[in-house]
This record gives sequence, C-alpha cells and structure tokens, in this order.
Amino acid sequence: MKLSKTNRAVKYILAVIAAFLFLFPLYVIINNSLKPFADVRVSEMWVLARSPSSEGFSKAFKALRQNLINSFILVIPVSLLSVLFGSIIGFIFAKVRFKYSKALFFLVIFGMFIPYQSILIPLVRTLNKVGLYGKLEGLIVTHTIYGLPISSLMFRNYYAKIPDELVEAGMIDGLQLVGVFRQVVVPISLPTMVVVLIWQFTSVWNDFLFAVTLTQKPSIQPVTVALQNLAGTQVIEWNAQMAGALIAAVPTLFVYIFLGKYFIQGLLSGSVKG
Amino acid sequence: MYCSQKDKRLAIIMLIPFLAVLFLFVYGFIFWSVRVSFSAWDSILPDMTWVGMRNYQELMGSLRFKTDIVNTIYFTIFFIAICVVGGFILSYLLFVNLKGEGFFRTVYLFPLSLSFVVTGVLWRWIFNPEVGLNALLRKMGFSAEFGWFTSTYSIAGFNVALIALIIGASWQYLGYTMAMFLAGLRGIDDQLIESAQIDGAGEWAIITRIILPIIKPITFSAMIVLGHISLKIFDLAYAMTGKGPRFVTDFPGLFMFETTFRGNHYAEGAAISIVMLLLVAIVIVPYLASSLRED
Repeated sequence: MKLSKTNRAVKYILAVIAAFLFLFPLYVIINNSLKPFADVRVSEMWVLARSPSSEGFSKAFKALRQNLINSFILVIPVSLLSVLFGSIIGFIFAKVRFKYSKALFFLVIFGMFIPYQSILIPLVRTLNKVGLYGKLEGLIVTHTIYGLPISSLMFRNYYAKIPDELVEAGMIDGLQLVGVFRQVVVPISLPTMVVVLIWQFTSVWNDFLFAVTLTQKPSIQPVTVALQNLAGTQVIEWNAQMAGALIAAVPTLFVYIFLGKYFIQGLLSGSVKG
Repeated sequence: MYCSQKDKRLAIIMLIPFLAVLFLFVYGFIFWSVRVSFSAWDSILPDMTWVGMRNYQELMGSLRFKTDIVNTIYFTIFFIAICVVGGFILSYLLFVNLKGEGFFRTVYLFPLSLSFVVTGVLWRWIFNPEVGLNALLRKMGFSAEFGWFTSTYSIAGFNVALIALIIGASWQYLGYTMAMFLAGLRGIDDQLIESAQIDGAGEWAIITRIILPIIKPITFSAMIVLGHISLKIFDLAYAMTGKGPRFVTDFPGLFMFETTFRGNHYAEGAAISIVMLLLVAIVIVPYLASSLRED
C-alpha cells in the first residue's frame, strides 16, 4: 500500500511505542530477578540492577527444580500421544464419510470449549477410584484425553485440504485404508505434527487448573503450581519470584522463538475452520 | 472420498474407543456434575440426596455469585473491545509493510506463549500499590494513590480493581487478534487497494470501505474465542489477585474452585460449574454449528 513519508513515520512511531508497552514487563521481570535480596526494597523495583546477582535465580531454581522435571515428564508423553491419536481421529473425520460423522465431530470439538470446572468433580472421583489421583500419570491421562478435540481438529483441517485423488491413488495401488494412512498420509503430515506437538507442549506446560486440582504433594506438582506457591507467599522476595516466573516461562518462550511459525499456525487453527 | 465398505467399517471400529473415552470424560462427567448440583453433597463425604433446584436458588441469592457475574460481564466487554480494536490497529501497522515487521510481530505475540500464572505473578508486582507503577509515578512527581486491584471503588457496578486484570489479560491476548487480523489482511488482493488509491480513495476510505468489510467474519470468530476465554477465566485471577476484598476481582471459575476444593461444598461448586457451562454453550454452540455446516 502506498503511503506518504510522514504517514509511514507516524505508523512506525506507533509500532515502536506498542513494542515498548509489550516489552516493559519483560524488563521488569529480568531486571528484578537479577537483584540480590539486599537490593529488594520498597521503591527499588524500577531501578536498574546495580550489582547483578544470581541469588534470585539459584533460590528459585532450587525451589522449582523438581517441578520443572515433573512438567517435562508430563508434557512429553502428552504431546506425543496427542500427535498419534489426533492424526488417526482427524484422518477418519476428514476422509471417511459415514452416517452422523458431522454431528459426532461437532460433539468432539465442543469438548475443547467447555469450562473444565464442569467435569472436575467427577474427574477427581474417577481418578481417585482408579488410583491415579495425585499422580503425574493421572495428569498425563487427563491432558491426553482433553487434548483430543484440538489435536483432532488440527489434523482434520489439514487432511481436508489433501486432494482425495492422492489417497485414492494409493488405494488403486493396492493399499488398504491403514496402509494408505501409514505410507501416503503420514509422510506428508510432518508440518501439522509439529504444530500439534508444540501446541500441546505449550498448553499443557502452561495449564494450571488441572495441575492444581489433581496434584497435592509439592514433590509431584508441575511448575505452574509450584510457581504459584512460591509467589503466593506475600513475602517481598520478589527477586526470587520474578526469577521463578522467568524460569517457568523459558521452555515455552524457547519454543515460541524458535518455532514461532508453527505456534502461530496452531493459534489460528483454534478458530475451528482453519 | 471413495472408501470400500470393509475400510469404512475398520475406520469406525478404530474411532469407537477414542470417542467412547472422550464422550465419557466430557458428556458423562457433565451429566454427573449436573446430578451433583441437584444433590445435598456439602462435605468430604458424598451425599447424593436429591434436593432439586435448591443449590441454584441459593447461588442466585448469593452476593458473591452476583458480583462474579457482573465482574465477568464487564471484564468480557473491556477485554474483547481492547483486543479487537488494539489487535486491528497492530495488524494494520504491520500490514502497511513497516521495516522490521518480523521483529514487531514477534514482540506483540510473545506473551501468548506464557502461562497465565507467569503473567499473574508479573502484573501483580507491576500493579502492587506500594512498589509497582505507583512507585514509578511518585518518582516522577505525581501523587499516585490508586489502589489498583486492591481498590474497592466501583462505578455502576464496575469494580475498578478489574482494570489491572483487564490490562494483564489484554497484554497477553492482543497478539492473538493481531495474528488473526493480519492473516485476513494478507489475503486481500493488492490490486483492489491499489486501484482504489488510483481512483483517489484516501487511507481512511480504504480502511472503512475495503478492509473492515473483508475482515468482519474474522472479527466475529475472534470475539467468540475471546468471549469464551473470559467466561472461563480462572488462572489469571487466581495468580494475580485472588478473589480480592469484597470479591472485587472474583470470577465464577475461582468461586467454583474455592467452594469445591477448599470448602468441600461439592453440590454448590457443581451448580456454579453448570452455570459456567451454560454461559459458554450459549456463545459456542451456534458458532460451532454454523462453522461446521459451512464446511
């Protein structure tokens, strides 16, 4: 679009101001996590860290170490299972026409919009009964199940764009549906696999509601719950709190910075039509 | 697509276990929660005695729940308005091809990758009335007395304490609407805009006559997605403010969690969750039905 020089300059200034507003909380968090406890005094929050120290970080890391490990133990299997199950369900809904398939798909997708509070009491009872309550395994099962709708949707939207002829050609070559899926469809699904993988990685890592409800013992809690416990104490050790927040954010920030393209794709496919 | 009967049967057989588990965990559990909401279960021990609508009636009479609903309405309105208008402005700035577009896009979007708990910890300190923004303003010579999320002041039912939460949530989600709009703007044919410019249309006319009508459906989708996020809001309020003095920063999600898992009032908690579900369903079901029909 053609714009005058002044017009363009005005827009540039606006974009810079907006960028500043987005980044200043990041300045606050990094700056304050680098301060030694001695510097953490009232009215000192905006002052630049004079003698950067790792005190806050080592304190936060000590408090969150086990919980970071827990989060990884939780997130990795859930992401992988989401890719596996989502691709199967998504493929069937995209390419196999059967009675009521649209209505069933609607019921699947609705599952990702419900407020999880409305299933929480039965979930706790059920996990308790099968001995998974309060365990990481219980969280893995929970996240895998409630992740099925979004994972299936992402794969279905992708497979719907693959021409039918490609799949049919595989069939003419003598393959059955399962063979076509494995030998024709899966090899071209890599981009969507990455999208689902990092989408589930981020949302399960960032989850708080399931984590805080289904785990009680600090030693098995994921990092979001541990961070909230660390920060929930109203002591003014905000260097450790900020450092903790930063530590808890690093894995998802890392994913976003290096795989941002896929992250945005996942984001946009959350709006159903893809 | 053509598919033999044998393959079709196989596909359905593969689908059944997934759907059985998912539907049990979604619809079976919702049904179970509905049943709990009609029960007398009010301690650690389950008590499924039928009490009819009593829990809902008590809820409707509760000051906390009324405050929660009003908070949710105001929060939703401001959150959606800021994200839609702000997100459009940001996407338009990037659309006109500024230098360093990739940098700006990354910056506007990064908060989305964070957990609401991280956002909550961060903004709680920034809006802390003693050491946060107020301290900065005082340094600059202003008298900053506003209590932010601790303020109990309200205008026409709008608890001003919510401003802090609205800013935190918008900071996190502005990038989402920006990305949605930008994807829509990129789809507009360049020639359409160029020929309008040749015909003498100014920038404002191009925005209102060409761009806005094209992105109208995107705006609608974005509003639905943001609306259902704000109806379910829990983590951010929990981490940033808690329910606040006189429930100024309370929401149904928080109320349900505390009532059920801290207070052991299971039946009442279930009733809150079912009201939340109904509110979300009113927004989501028509949207979902129409988008799937269009496919």
